[in-house]
Amino acid sequence: MSKAKDEILHRIQSALKEVPADEKREDVAVNREYIQKGNLSGEELVTLFVERSGEYQATVKRIKKEELKDEISKACDRHKAIKMVIPAGFKTDWLPDLLEPQFDDSGAPLSHDELDQLDGVISTCALAVAQTGTIILDAGAGQGRRVLSLLPDYHLCIVREDQIVETVPEGFAGVSDQVKKEGRPITFISGPSATSDIELNRVEGVHGPRKLDILVVGG
Amino acid sequence: MSRQTPTFQETADAYLNNTQLRENLGHATHTIRDKRADIVGEMPDWEHLREAGNKLKKRVMRHLDSYLLQLEASVQEAGGHVHWARDAEEANDIITGLVKQQQVDEVVKVKSITTDEIKLNEALKKEGIQALETDLAELIVQLAEDEPSHILVPAIHKNRKEIRDLFREKLNNKELTDRPEDLAEAARLYLRKKFLSAKVGISGANFGVADTGTIAVVESEGNGRMCTTLPETLITVMGIEKLIPTWQDFEVFMQLLPRSSTAERMNPYNSFWTGVTPGDGPQEFHLVLLDNGRTNVLADEVGRQTLNCIRCSACLNVCPVYERTGGHAYHSVYPGPIGAILTPQLKGIEDDGAASLPYASSLCGACYEVCPVKIDIPKVLVHLRGKIVDEKKRNGSLKAKLDPEHVGLKLMAQAFKNSKRYERAQKLAQTGQNIFVKDGKISSLPGYLSGWSAMRDLKPIPKETFREWWRNRNE
Repeated sequence: MSKAKDEILHRIQSALKEVPADEKREDVAVNREYIQKGNLSGEELVTLFVERSGEYQATVKRIKKEELKDEISKACDRHKAIKMVIPAGFKTDWLPDLLEPQFDDSGAPLSHDELDQLDGVISTCALAVAQTGTIILDAGAGQGRRVLSLLPDYHLCIVREDQIVETVPEGFAGVSDQVKKEGRPITFISGPSATSDIELNRVEGVHGPRKLDILVVGG
Repeated sequence: MSRQTPTFQETADAYLNNTQLRENLGHATHTIRDKRADIVGEMPDWEHLREAGNKLKKRVMRHLDSYLLQLEASVQEAGGHVHWARDAEEANDIITGLVKQQQVDEVVKVKSITTDEIKLNEALKKEGIQALETDLAELIVQLAEDEPSHILVPAIHKNRKEIRDLFREKLNNKELTDRPEDLAEAARLYLRKKFLSAKVGISGANFGVADTGTIAVVESEGNGRMCTTLPETLITVMGIEKLIPTWQDFEVFMQLLPRSSTAERMNPYNSFWTGVTPGDGPQEFHLVLLDNGRTNVLADEVGRQTLNCIRCSACLNVCPVYERTGGHAYHSVYPGPIGAILTPQLKGIEDDGAASLPYASSLCGACYEVCPVKIDIPKVLVHLRGKIVDEKKRNGSLKAKLDPEHVGLKLMAQAFKNSKRYERAQKLAQTGQNIFVKDGKISSLPGYLSGWSAMRDLKPIPKETFREWWRNRNE
């Protein structure tokens, strides 16, 4: 054991002299009386997510599954984005013909400089939280490495209606296995990059993607 | 403590007279105060969340040794390295050593008050390593060679015009306007190149999870994501109190923190990483666990709750004292109400400046009301004042012992101890007060007491005291 570790542990033990030696962690009771599971479902749940994520200056649109290819095309068009990063595991039959997809896979990952030069990224997500308008990425299929949704200036994220949960506790529970079993990195995204550092006013767009579009896909 | 810091009272005057500063601060704190109230108000279970947050932290503190060992094991199992640092110097040595191993002379940093606390940037500079702050406000503070003045918004004391002038000069951008969007864009362009070439990133930690080894960084701009994903090596400095027991507990803290801090339902970005992930992000991860006085705080049963703090800064924004003096008057990286209790406990009350901080409060209690983890700041303030008085009594010089306040309170204590003495003192005051009473009130007291009566009138002691009336009532 390192000397520092030894001493810090010793300091802690002497600081906690009054704690009975047989006290267990759980003896300090924690009441989880707060809301853990929401009570919205179906239409109400989707509406809440659309409303809350929209409040962060993200463009949110509800579409049907068969419209997906067309809507991806329209969204990219609006941002004049052609060279789009496509994470490993993303369904290629959703990709419009006019895009120039730049595939990132573990065998041949795109470099940081390459990513910096591209127009945007299209990804799926692991979950979405309606209460806070948050998208959760777990580096799974269709999402890829963390850097893919970070360096390009435009992020188009596809959320399936059945991926939306209501509360923050449901969001953390939904990716708990990915962390505990696989140690995967988790990223929460709530709107485009922003800062409140100048006079505490929120300004969209600093280092992360400055534009965020969300397509909420039903049926 | 060899070098004494100036006291709050000595410094505050200058800041109070700075009208620009007061205007900037008043505007900023009032904006965020109202927003916080709204966003917290929409949570029907807020009090339950606060209570759970408080208890989870209490659980951690009472079993801190076992939780730290669990965290260490979890991080190591996930491919990370864990270092222990007893104080600032040891932490800086470890970090400097790790950076040197990578043979770089520049590192990118995410805003971290803990690294400000240990003066990491100065330590790196001595070894020829430039630490580049990437949070917009920290960058402003760094470029201005200034000190942070707020936990969340370190440049809160500067307005947009002042920031524009700074960027025009330091970022060599003469045409820059003072629109916040343009200022943010200037910072984006300046830092982008740095991010892309950085080999080493340094971050703090908002939370460390004992059971999974996961570290969390909560932010808005994306600079945190940049620093924790782009470099090959990531070094995270974490105070030993930043632990939470399990992954599930994020469901409490990640509701409490954003709403209390930036008054948002959720801040734009949260990064959670667990050791090293092959092919994704830094392939070398070091966690430095820092004591630096925290175990002293732990040892004080009343003061211990100070370690619950999740650095949201809600208490700064509601504090009537902070709002007027700003953060610099506290001479600490932890200003405001939380700083007034944390700094003296970390630094020790032998330091005059630190010992003055528990008096920088009117004990109005607004800080306790907004604290998301229910730290009873007024209670700790009063507790610390008691300790400071005791310390003065023990170690004070003759001058301190002859201090009029000290002597006055001693006399008063004597008078209150015995009813005869109390009544005699009353009689004496009844006669003595006559020359000060005008129109039935005392508006100006002499000498040392004049400060008290400068702002308020005092009722004179009546001709018949309550005790006299009580004795005489049946006669």
